[in-house]
Amino acid sequence: MTWEIVIGIETHVQLATRSKIFSNASTAFGAPPNTQASVVDIALPGTLPVMNAQAVECAIKFGLAVNGGQTHNIARRSVFARKNYFYPDLPKGYQISQFELPVVTGGFIDIQVGDGDKVSSKRINLTRAHLEEDAGKSLHEGLETPGVSGIDLNRAGTPLLEVVSEPEMRSAADAVAYAKALHGIVTWIGICDGNMQEGSFRCDANVSVRRVGEPLGTRCEIKNLNSFRFMERAINYEVRRQIEVIEDGGKVIQQTRLYDADRDETRAMRSKEDAMDYRYFPDPDLLPLAIDETRISDVQVTMPELPSAMESRMQRDFGLSVYDAQLLTQSRSTAAYFFAAFDSSGEQAKLCANWINGELASQLNRDAIDLVDSPVNGLQLGRLVKRIADGTLSSKMAKDVFGYMWAGEHGGDADAIIEARGLKQVSDAGAIEKIIDEVLAKNEKSVAEFKSGKDKAIQSLIGQVMKASQGKANPGQVNDLLRKKLAD
Amino acid sequence: MSFDPATLARIANLARLDIPVDQLSRFGAEMSSILALVDQLQGVDTKGVLPLSHPLSAVSEMALRLRPDEACADIDREANMQNAPETENGLFLVPKVLE
Amino acid sequence: MSRPQHTVAASVAALASGTVSAVELATEALARANAAADLNAFLHIDAARTLAEARDADARRQAGDAAPLLGVPVAHKDIFVTRGWRSTAGSKMLANYVSPFDATVVERLRAAGTVCVGKLNCDEFAMGSSNENSAFGPVQNPWGNAQIGARIPGGSSGGSAAAVAAGIVPATTGTDTGGSLRQPAAMTGITAIKPTYGRVSRYGMIAFASSLDQGGPMAHTAEDCAMLLDAMAGFDERDSTSLDSEKAKVSIWRAFSDIIASKRPPSLGFEGLRVGVPKEFFAEGLAADVAIRVQEAIDTFKKHGATLVDISLPRTALAIPAYYVIAPAEASSNLSRFDGMRFGHRAADFTDLNDMIAKSRAEGFGREVQRRILTGTYVLCHGYFDAYYLQAQRVRRLIAQDFQAAFQTCDLIMGPVAPTTAWKIGEKSTDPVAMYLEDIFTLGVSLAGLPGMSVPCGFDQQNLPVGLQIIGNYFDEPAMLAAAHRYQQLTDWHQQQPGGAK
Repeated sequence: MTWEIVIGIETHVQLATRSKIFSNASTAFGAPPNTQASVVDIALPGTLPVMNAQAVECAIKFGLAVNGGQTHNIARRSVFARKNYFYPDLPKGYQISQFELPVVTGGFIDIQVGDGDKVSSKRINLTRAHLEEDAGKSLHEGLETPGVSGIDLNRAGTPLLEVVSEPEMRSAADAVAYAKALHGIVTWIGICDGNMQEGSFRCDANVSVRRVGEPLGTRCEIKNLNSFRFMERAINYEVRRQIEVIEDGGKVIQQTRLYDADRDETRAMRSKEDAMDYRYFPDPDLLPLAIDETRISDVQVTMPELPSAMESRMQRDFGLSVYDAQLLTQSRSTAAYFFAAFDSSGEQAKLCANWINGELASQLNRDAIDLVDSPVNGLQLGRLVKRIADGTLSSKMAKDVFGYMWAGEHGGDADAIIEARGLKQVSDAGAIEKIIDEVLAKNEKSVAEFKSGKDKAIQSLIGQVMKASQGKANPGQVNDLLRKKLAD
Repeated sequence: MSFDPATLARIANLARLDIPVDQLSRFGAEMSSILALVDQLQGVDTKGVLPLSHPLSAVSEMALRLRPDEACADIDREANMQNAPETENGLFLVPKVLE
Repeated sequence: MSRPQHTVAASVAALASGTVSAVELATEALARANAAADLNAFLHIDAARTLAEARDADARRQAGDAAPLLGVPVAHKDIFVTRGWRSTAGSKMLANYVSPFDATVVERLRAAGTVCVGKLNCDEFAMGSSNENSAFGPVQNPWGNAQIGARIPGGSSGGSAAAVAAGIVPATTGTDTGGSLRQPAAMTGITAIKPTYGRVSRYGMIAFASSLDQGGPMAHTAEDCAMLLDAMAGFDERDSTSLDSEKAKVSIWRAFSDIIASKRPPSLGFEGLRVGVPKEFFAEGLAADVAIRVQEAIDTFKKHGATLVDISLPRTALAIPAYYVIAPAEASSNLSRFDGMRFGHRAADFTDLNDMIAKSRAEGFGREVQRRILTGTYVLCHGYFDAYYLQAQRVRRLIAQDFQAAFQTCDLIMGPVAPTTAWKIGEKSTDPVAMYLEDIFTLGVSLAGLPGMSVPCGFDQQNLPVGLQIIGNYFDEPAMLAAAHRYQQLTDWHQQQPGGAK
């Protein structure tokens, strides 16, 4: 009997706003405790929430991004509701969220599954996305007073978009592909900084297993999946655990489990003592959120081209491979880098792609820095590529020049480096022929071997010519001229 | 509908009210009479009537006003925390939170 | 020195002419508050702070400041948070609470020039109709005496009503969730107005039921209420339910003055004014004395030209169960922030976090507040939500529609504020439901968010005041105030003073 894995994911996407969702306190990360908690965030008596327009714009952007630009999934009227429960990090004793009428209903995210030649696209449908406020933080260590926890409400009221997928993923790999694609979208459209360490993008996975053809099994929710790697491990662990429980004749109990990365296992969280009854009801302090066509079209014009559309355009218009196009559209900064290089290279798409995905990527990797911090920018790389395309540099020489650019020589200007270091490739046929003649004269043995049918012998001759030219001769030209001379 | 002790206990727990044992029966009786009052709603024909959460929406639908996304820097932590029962280094202190 | 009729208008005139200073008025008010301490109307007095404000007002006048209420002493219901004074909401939970900010109403009235004389007693978290639910003891109605016994001043703005009725300050602020401005005004023989929901900012009002709470003024006359409300009302960006429509932007005082100055009714008589009289307001349960006085008042309007129209508000009685679902539901959630963690009472002994929260709340909240929290929690629970909360909100829409239908045939609606006059302290405090039933005539107006007034219209056989309720359509406060003002020019009920007043 084979097992089928069923996974749905809920993601808390922290929206990139300056101020909180219902107060004007700053959302900046890492301030001293409670210095970014306003009277509204602390829920002092008499305070009231006022909704942040930017959070609404973020929600609209998201709605447009996950629905192929169609607008019908964006609720023209959505309602904020109170979710009532007591917890130290929840100052009002309720969380303002959306319950019955969320701001976004439906939509989808296409993910790539499989690898190598077996890559295929799979559509994961979204149930909904709703706006809500984040809670504060409880700190349990480093306090002088014994037996207490400290409450920091700096994070309380930070705007979140909770994105809920349908349970349509069938493996941990699916789940990770979905999370990565979602992460890609929210950062691409600029509604989230995507920083998983700081909690800007937090996933919970609902996992269940069933024998193929049987009804859905009991699910467990795994929390605290703050990296893609942990998500994959946690789901795989949880799937094994559930199958073992069932195969041993037991039953999976619906519960919330926490992933412990150190032990690589999930464990049940302390269950709330009473079955939670959140007593949702429309927040009387807030009127229904109305989103009219004008607001949507205002946002629509600010929407960037989405990665999937850009990817197809790169393949169609620039003749790039699926692989290259995918890599270049992994983030908006990569795409922007490519287009800057493309423009300054004289529209050498393929060469630019090769350099970005090849030499540049490995340099970044080697130095462990992000593309946005690259010492060589897209414009500069494009100018280097231009010199390859026009034959000024051989690719070998270009790598050397790139190295000098990386080190910051001449402000990273390829032409200045070429000039200063005299690295110009020799493409003057006369000059090259002269060198070839000298080399041929000195290497009669190799010439004889080549003429007797040993084609490989030419490599040694090319090497000699290049060496004699101090590497500056155009290798293609050397090859052509040499063959021509040998054929004579 | 009467408010039996189990219901009272459940509701009091949800509402985080530690009602002393000697007051349970009186609360229960009072709650029963309040529920009898509000149960008068059950007979009212409201078919097709939309719930009204905000009074002025009775005449025309009101919509939420939005605030520009501007962060204000002047937060006076000392003043904001002056009523806290217990604090340490800018944190509100509460009995140990167990996860 | 005692001034006849400590009205706002008289104070403004005296201050403007220089016959009295803000410091003198404040000093007198403080002295009267002190002398009338038995009423228990004030929860917090800080003479030094009051006098500092008064000196500031006098200095402002010297400097040419023309703020409309410059130097007028007022006092605030302790539901409004204030930076200087403690803000307790009448609760042990907030016994020592000091707010780091001022309520918008407090801020606006200070900008208009008023001097704060102190904070006023009220039912705990504004929950009550008698002021007996205050953690700091009941307030005495100045109209009570040894002969008829100590009387409640009404509630929840009982301290606010008593302070005006006793002549301590010419005006006070109050709040009204289900009648808490109108009913105590009726019971103490003063004038008060609950404005259209959204007129007065709720920022800094300690919340009871968010969709119902409205602040408003209490004073002797409709004219004073118009001046006060004009200063209190106005758009506030900190309250999402604050109104910023064109209608809301019209100055209440200017519109009121325009009506008074114009030849339009009720400037001269009430010709052309159609007064709707709901038959449900004169049904069983209404005390005979009250019915007679209210009918006489309505007849006064008729005698001076108004047309009386029989109307029906068929769901008047249903407002009680609808209100006692909606208000507790919202309250149960609004009061969740009082958990002993960031402010407010924290129990001394507890076993763990949850026990600390539950004990702090049980100790900090009084019985009525706990009953309402329990009721509200119950009606929002899974399985009951539709039957109670949503059903109540549907009935609420029907009630609002009933009023709109009535306003098709009349301009103002008139009737009693409360079924009885002030009862004896302690008389109804054992039966919460009996107390709830007293709110029958005020709850519908609150649920619909309409403006409602109480205007003194006579006395019962025990010489206890009776109030006439005037209900207007949304934003019709100027017309209501003008009608009441005209009525007060024809009558002197609002000028009567209780024997106990100093």
